Amino acid sequence: MTDATMGQVRPERRLSVNWVDLGPFLALAALMVVGFLINPDFLAINNLTNVVTRSAFVAIIAVGATFVIASGGLDLSVGSMAAFVAGVMILFMNALAPELGTSAIPLGMLVVVAAGALCGLANGAITTIGRIEPFIVTLGTMGIFRALITYMSDGGTIPIDRSLRDAYRPIYFGDVLGIPVPILVSLAVAGAGAFILYRTKFGRRCIAVGANEEVARYSGVSVARIRTLAFVIQGICVGLAAICYVPRLGTATPTTGVLWELQVITAVVIGGTALRGGRGHIWGTIAGAVILEFIANLMVLSDFVSEYLVAAVQGAIIIVAMLVQRLSK
Amino acid sequence: MSRAAALEPVAPLAAPAVLAVRGIGKTYGANTVLSEIDLHIRAGEIHAVIGENGAGKSTFMKILSGHVAPTTGTLALGGRPVAFSGPAEAEAAGIVLVHQEILLADDLTVAENLFLGRELTRRGMIDDASMRRLTRERLASLGSSVSPDAIVGTLSLADRQLVQIARALLESHQLVIFDEPTAVLTSEEVETLLALVRQLRDAGAAILYISHRLDEVEALADRVTVLRDGRMVGSFDGAELTQADMARLMVGRELSTLYPPKGAVAIGEPRLEVENARVPGFIEDVSFTVRSGEILGFGGMIGAGRTELFEGILALRPGRVGALLVDGRAVRIARPIDAIEAGIGYLTEDRKGKGLLLDEGMAPNLTLSALSRFNPGLVLDGKREEAALGETIARYDIRVRARGVKAGQLSGGNQQKLLLAKVMMTDPSVVVIDEPTRGIDIGNKSQIYAFVQELARAGKACIVISSEMQELIGICDRLLVIRNGRIAGELAGEAMTEDAVVMLATGAAGQAGTRGETQA
Repeated sequence: MTDATMGQVRPERRLSVNWVDLGPFLALAALMVVGFLINPDFLAINNLTNVVTRSAFVAIIAVGATFVIASGGLDLSVGSMAAFVAGVMILFMNALAPELGTSAIPLGMLVVVAAGALCGLANGAITTIGRIEPFIVTLGTMGIFRALITYMSDGGTIPIDRSLRDAYRPIYFGDVLGIPVPILVSLAVAGAGAFILYRTKFGRRCIAVGANEEVARYSGVSVARIRTLAFVIQGICVGLAAICYVPRLGTATPTTGVLWELQVITAVVIGGTALRGGRGHIWGTIAGAVILEFIANLMVLSDFVSEYLVAAVQGAIIIVAMLVQRLSK
Repeated sequence: MSRAAALEPVAPLAAPAVLAVRGIGKTYGANTVLSEIDLHIRAGEIHAVIGENGAGKSTFMKILSGHVAPTTGTLALGGRPVAFSGPAEAEAAGIVLVHQEILLADDLTVAENLFLGRELTRRGMIDDASMRRLTRERLASLGSSVSPDAIVGTLSLADRQLVQIARALLESHQLVIFDEPTAVLTSEEVETLLALVRQLRDAGAAILYISHRLDEVEALADRVTVLRDGRMVGSFDGAELTQADMARLMVGRELSTLYPPKGAVAIGEPRLEVENARVPGFIEDVSFTVRSGEILGFGGMIGAGRTELFEGILALRPGRVGALLVDGRAVRIARPIDAIEAGIGYLTEDRKGKGLLLDEGMAPNLTLSALSRFNPGLVLDGKREEAALGETIARYDIRVRARGVKAGQLSGGNQQKLLLAKVMMTDPSVVVIDEPTRGIDIGNKSQIYAFVQELARAGKACIVISSEMQELIGICDRLLVIRNGRIAGELAGEAMTEDAVVMLATGAAGQAGTRGETQA
């Protein structure tokens, strides 16, 4: 009751190691050691680059999912959405190709990002205006997007026009200074995501909405707007991932992006983001996406488990990750 | 220990006690919340434990009911030492706790709630008939005629509490602990409850009654133990203790120094004028004006709709306002942000649920309502936020070991100061403070009162909503009392007495019990 302590508080020096934040990276390092022991080829530069490149789609989408989950939402529709917007992009590019030639490609990229943003806006608006659980809304749109790509492709494939194929190829297969383009894109997306989430008003409000919606509301934060914007960011990320994915196989099909929602949410969770919201770890999410692809690769390189069981292992990982979060509380 | 010359603590008698508490203490880290508690609770006796918020009452009760393990000391039940590893063990030993909050499943019936988790079965199937019969008998023995088939969510608060008590008493019980059981009741319902407590005592149970309502304690208790700052002031004979004695023992100083002196601030022009506010289900029609430098209080029974009135005005819940003027200018508030931009700050009564992000640090909490002030360009300015936190810590005397602590780790008083600072961060000209001192200790209380007066002195208009009449009378220049969704009356100056407030809040003597109709 005296004022002995008044104004005596010094800023804390943050030299202590935060194990929770480091967790996914330590797991990644441990996995590399294990991988090397199982099959020395695992650490070959070629193999590592390939694996990380393959993880890029999930990583890019998972950056968006980090926003949605940190703000207290959940998006199950990302895989179907990726297939749908990829189909839209290819149809658009093919339609313009005869007239515009290869300049159809950048226009198509703009279209796919816009399409992703609109899909995200739909998810967000239905969730917030309709006051429906995001789980249910995105379960519904997951079915809708999947059906749309199946309808658009008539159950078959939507191939990219031959005249565009060579010009578009480098987006997946090319590299800059030896680093594959998809890896660069995912790093850029993560960098932008980290900037928005940690350094801007929107990011701060996103975390606040996820941590406690009521506190955010009573603080004058528009909860609906923040949540909707998080879904829009998710949609834009899906569009960017589709841009990188399409040149890989040159098509969009009804099976494009199947079970990506599992990989994306798993990557976010093992990256240290709490599923209940209020915390977001962008770089942890990236590590999580790479971990998943490493594990899949190890299953191929080793003979312990059939590679057909990859999704089963990923499913098990998310359950174990949730248990660890629960028990470490 | 006791400052009252005539009041000597009663030495524990040698007679057998249902529960003997010896040297109980509890420490969290470096923080001792309870130490050296010695008392005996006997069969057929109502033993009240009183103390200010933060005195250690709830910790003590949690230890007795097995929710918390003591750091030091022993408990002996019926002469045998016991150590509970959880509430289930305490219950099995015959110690039942009637919670302050109502913990019932709203969608189930009374009988289903009573037997939830201990359903009776017959040949492997739920035996509804027996459960309903037993429920009816139990409720009847408590003087209630509530139907076993009524859905709990449709009952009044008083009836729900009765169901909760019946549920607790379903177990065989030697010691019944009541934790602030009358917090949600009207005065008539309180009488019924007190009669019920006496009835339990006369049936031979030992009763531990925790409350800060001194009138109830005076009317009820055979023995009174006073706690202050986690220590025992003493155990006293209930018949010899007046309310004034109790207050003095609890506070450890005279109450009059708690409130800043009045009349020191000049009252100026109207800052907030509200006409014909209506909040469906709570407020029919309320108009008021509050002026620069004025502290206006809102009183009334719990559930009268005081909080809802302001949540409605500030667009935090559906509501309608005929006209709203801030500093003479008409303002329309459609969203919470409109209120902030119009210069009205609202400090919620629900500090933990609606006020602060408990898992976040102090700085993000402090700046959440005013982020634009810390956002010169595209990026939040962390240094500016830290500087604001530094100023806040000094100005509001927030006691923390390190700046990095989460808001949830602060004591109630420090949380309240942080929340007040957060509201002030938007630089409002009208400040609405809902329950300014709920759950905080006496030292912080007097500081908060001083802060409120400082705001008034700075020319702001202050509105204080409180369930503590003493507090309203202590700090407000003028009081409006809400009843039946309208302003039942206005009091100012010498006319502000507890009696007058109660008369207005309850619709005068004889017509008490006007709370039910405003419950959602």
